[in-house]
Amino acid sequence: MIDREWGDIFSGFAGEQGDLIPILQRVQEKAGYITKGAIEAISQFLKISENQIFGVASFYSQFRFTEPGRNSIKVCMGTACHVRGGQILGDVLERELAISAGQTTEDKRFDLQRVACLGCCALAPVIQINDDIYSRMTVIRLKEVLEKYE
Amino acid sequence: MNSLQKAKQEARRKWDLLKNSKIPIIYMGTATCGRAAGALEVLESVKKILREKRLKAKIVQVGCIGPCYLEPLMDITMPGRPRISYANVNSEKAKKIIESLLIKNDPQTKLAVGHFGDESDEFTNGIPRFFDLPMLKPQERVVLRNCGFIDPQQIDHYLANDGYLGIINAFHKGWQKVICEVQEAGLRGRGGAGFPTFKKWQICRSSPGKTKYLICNADEGDPGAFMNRSLLEGDPHSVLEGMLIAAYAIGASQGYIYIRAEYPLAIARLKRAISQMREYGLLGKNIQKSGFDFDIVIKEGAGAFVCGEETALISSIEGKRGMPKSRPPFPAVAGLHGKPTIINNVETLGTLPNILRNGATWYKQFGTQGNHGTKTFSLVGKIRRSGLIEVPLGMTLRQIIFDIGGGTRKPFKAVQTGGPSGGCLSEEFLDTPVNYESLTAAGSIMGSGGLIVMDEDTCVVDVAHYFLDFTQQESCGKCSPCRVGTRHLVEILERITKGQGRPEDLSKLQTLGETIKRGSLCGLGQTAPNPVLTTLRYFRPEYLLHIKEKYCPAAVCRELVEYRVVPGKCTGCQRCVSVCPTGAITGPRAEPHNLDPTKCIKCRACYEICRFDAIAGDAIVIRSRREVADEQTQ
Repeated sequence: MIDREWGDIFSGFAGEQGDLIPILQRVQEKAGYITKGAIEAISQFLKISENQIFGVASFYSQFRFTEPGRNSIKVCMGTACHVRGGQILGDVLERELAISAGQTTEDKRFDLQRVACLGCCALAPVIQINDDIYSRMTVIRLKEVLEKYE
Repeated sequence: MNSLQKAKQEARRKWDLLKNSKIPIIYMGTATCGRAAGALEVLESVKKILREKRLKAKIVQVGCIGPCYLEPLMDITMPGRPRISYANVNSEKAKKIIESLLIKNDPQTKLAVGHFGDESDEFTNGIPRFFDLPMLKPQERVVLRNCGFIDPQQIDHYLANDGYLGIINAFHKGWQKVICEVQEAGLRGRGGAGFPTFKKWQICRSSPGKTKYLICNADEGDPGAFMNRSLLEGDPHSVLEGMLIAAYAIGASQGYIYIRAEYPLAIARLKRAISQMREYGLLGKNIQKSGFDFDIVIKEGAGAFVCGEETALISSIEGKRGMPKSRPPFPAVAGLHGKPTIINNVETLGTLPNILRNGATWYKQFGTQGNHGTKTFSLVGKIRRSGLIEVPLGMTLRQIIFDIGGGTRKPFKAVQTGGPSGGCLSEEFLDTPVNYESLTAAGSIMGSGGLIVMDEDTCVVDVAHYFLDFTQQESCGKCSPCRVGTRHLVEILERITKGQGRPEDLSKLQTLGETIKRGSLCGLGQTAPNPVLTTLRYFRPEYLLHIKEKYCPAAVCRELVEYRVVPGKCTGCQRCVSVCPTGAITGPRAEPHNLDPTKCIKCRACYEICRFDAIAGDAIVIRSRREVADEQTQ
């Protein structure tokens, strides 16, 4: 029997393999990350093995397997951002938050990711916190921007 | 008169009402790039000003018009006057402009960047025409014709501007003639490879089987490219109409849009546009009584660069790991679920309505023999006027970078075309015409349209390392030349940037690069070494300096750079002390500070904040451990 918690995750899906990625996306949207329980439930629903699901999920950079922080920081690693110092922003953030990219701070306030191009290249370098995009970012502005998020 | 014609008439009536509005209209560019520059905050303060001053005006949110360096852009049309554009608007500036224009009828000539009238009148005197600005004048807007002018959320705006006329023409012509028209127009795939669109369609059309698929490839994965995002955000219906035309030509009944999840606004715009199409009878069964059935589903990508490759993209839609397959069979013969499938790029699809509306002869006026039409590019990097542009094929890189982009602030060094799969071209290639063949001959590719400009402050070895690091991480791992080869390239490049390069490294990079190109399964691996091979070819001395002298002339490679305080310039203001994340800078107020290089992480914060040019970044010669040890013992 499929766990009740995950029942509504599957509404609207036919139960074909092609549904796997959209279902994983829905799980991540709801739970913030791909939980073990979710993989079990998906396995029952789509009738494919948990290994196979993990194999697909781990292939794509969108999916995470650890709990995210209350605020998600994404540092753009696009070419334009690189040329304009995006790498440095990432390094300083790692230092400031005392975590590496892909991790969450102990107080769960922030998680940090280095992501592929966000598509605001003309305004590089860019970082995104939750849904807010900060353009022409500098190391100096980082601190005050972080303070806005609790 | 059928329902679409009625809808069109109604749309035109509404559009005319807007154009002849009795109250002022304020246009805000609120695409992702505008938002990143703060357009939404400006929009809120505009609303507040209108409320407070009890001013009547209509606000229209539009997509990106192109010159991103001017964002946020706010345009205002006063009744009976041409639309005037204001750049880099913040809340304060918006207030000033609105008060002056709406209350005193004064267009604030000094703050305006351009107007959209036919010629200057007494009202717009002193303001240039927007399309006469140096960045806009050499451009030809075909695909982007509506971006910045229509509200992308209103299908009526699209309809009023000859929207969906292309598909109606296609229905009248019949599918054979649609393919002929596209053949005659000479349209080549805008995703980068430049394969003739009609040929791909013909193969699919003649493949047996009733079920066929059309996929719109909106997985714009090249870092530094945002042409597709802008088009989807600014004029989604043009791409959707293109999908109808392509599907009708190949006989597909189901369409997919494979779009990056990193583009939430574009996805929202598409979803809304698709539901509007249903409402207007442009999707579903027997569309506009043509006997043609078609529907569209959006598939969000999950972040894998390799999924831009056709067979990998198909695997991803099927819910598998996005790994490419060897071809043949080509997707046009056996693609999604084994059925004939056509994958066209966003821009290719966005071009189709224009060809079907105006005819192949009209389209061929742009571009050159064999390379007809226009191409959009995102012009970014160390360039004065960055943004989204559309130019006829055959324009030279010099015209694009210097006439349109205004050149670089510091001396020009290189331009990367085609993203991570492309090459880094030096100054001698500036007069190369931008077309599929000449870019390939130079060792680069056209690609989807990212143009990253670099000046002398950019280190090409670092850039090559950056791209290879990217492709290595994105390599799917299926074939070993790409999986293992790119890793080795990265390792060698990394040691060169750290000042640990060896004399034999250059020939190693060369042979390895060529082997990866020849041996890889898909386009990712076959093009991945391009950034290394082109920089080796055109910037060899810079590699040699890194290896032999341990010297990075651009002062970028961090291990080869040291920062210091220039005592004669430092006023002791302590601004750098307050921003230094590691406490490397010390010193009392009003006395020249001291920078401890052992604590410095080279984040450049001090360099950026200093008002007196008192922080210098020197490219230093790294000494070997033995040299240092020898010195200490002496």
